[in-house]
Amino acid sequence: MTQPVESILQSFVLLGLGERRFAVAAAQISELVSPSRIFRFPHRTPKLEGVILRRGRIVPVCDVAEKLLGKAVTSRRFYLIAVRHYGDKSEWVALPVTGDCELIAAEMTTAGEADAAHVTGWISHNGEVIEVLNLDALTPGGEDVVDANTPVAVLEVRP
Amino acid sequence: MRVAAPPAKPHAAARSEQIILFRISGQPFAVSSASVQEVRSVDSLAGVAIGIDLPTLRKVRHVVRRGEKALYVVSGAAHFGLPASPAGLVFVLRKTRTALLVDGIDKMATMTRLQALPLAYCHEERKWYRGLTALDQNVIPVVNPEGFLNADELALLDASLVPEVVPDELAGEGMELPE
Repeated sequence: MTQPVESILQSFVLLGLGERRFAVAAAQISELVSPSRIFRFPHRTPKLEGVILRRGRIVPVCDVAEKLLGKAVTSRRFYLIAVRHYGDKSEWVALPVTGDCELIAAEMTTAGEADAAHVTGWISHNGEVIEVLNLDALTPGGEDVVDANTPVAVLEVRP
Repeated sequence: MRVAAPPAKPHAAARSEQIILFRISGQPFAVSSASVQEVRSVDSLAGVAIGIDLPTLRKVRHVVRRGEKALYVVSGAAHFGLPASPAGLVFVLRKTRTALLVDGIDKMATMTRLQALPLAYCHEERKWYRGLTALDQNVIPVVNPEGFLNADELALLDASLVPEVVPDELAGEGMELPE
């Protein structure tokens, strides 16, 4: 049984992906940007397409369509740049969006045990029940990171 | 009582790093020029490299002797999982036992900022790269010279060697790079 987390309204960004819509807490969204060039290089992490350059920062593009829709989407209208938490660190990730985006206020019902890990809750909007995404579970990284001896430290050549 | 003012923090001088931009199977990469001891033509390996056939380590097919140590010739394409392509050059990587096969060099450049690999990348690539750098509106991965062969792989390779059949020291037309 699921219960409302709290009775106050929260802000969410609705994003269209394929024929479905999903929600992300607005507080996690940094910006919505037009598609730009993706830079690809060899790697072994699934669900990562490459990186984009955004205001001097290198932002990984996570292909979430496969997990959310069960199929890949090639077209994209925007990238939703969101904050993804990795323990006590956080970084931007870019999520491809194929449809419109909309900012709404809604009351979230927390996800139940039967829900997928990438679902943090549910909202109802215009008669539609929409999944609220847990980006930390949806996008790669975090606990999957290989051992701490790897050269992952920030190596700023110029401070 | 007067307390001496703390010494002013010296301004961190803007540093830069010389890098070599090169390609493997058409894919651009960068490596610090300080990490490259020598650049040689692949042709110079002819006659001095001997074959290695380890089914579990296909990226190393040859070894050459360099003084007291064995240098393992790593196929960059196999290491990164790229399509095979004819290599034109070999980078002898300083302070490693790796000689890296590459297509060729694009150019030398100056890197002023190296950004850590985003944490979303969470597999072997964290060992492959020191980070990413943006150069001329491109994003280039900067390889980690120590990321081509790990300790287990080196042990496996060392165990496969028969000392007396390792050929003479690699000699000839290489380009020595200053450290």
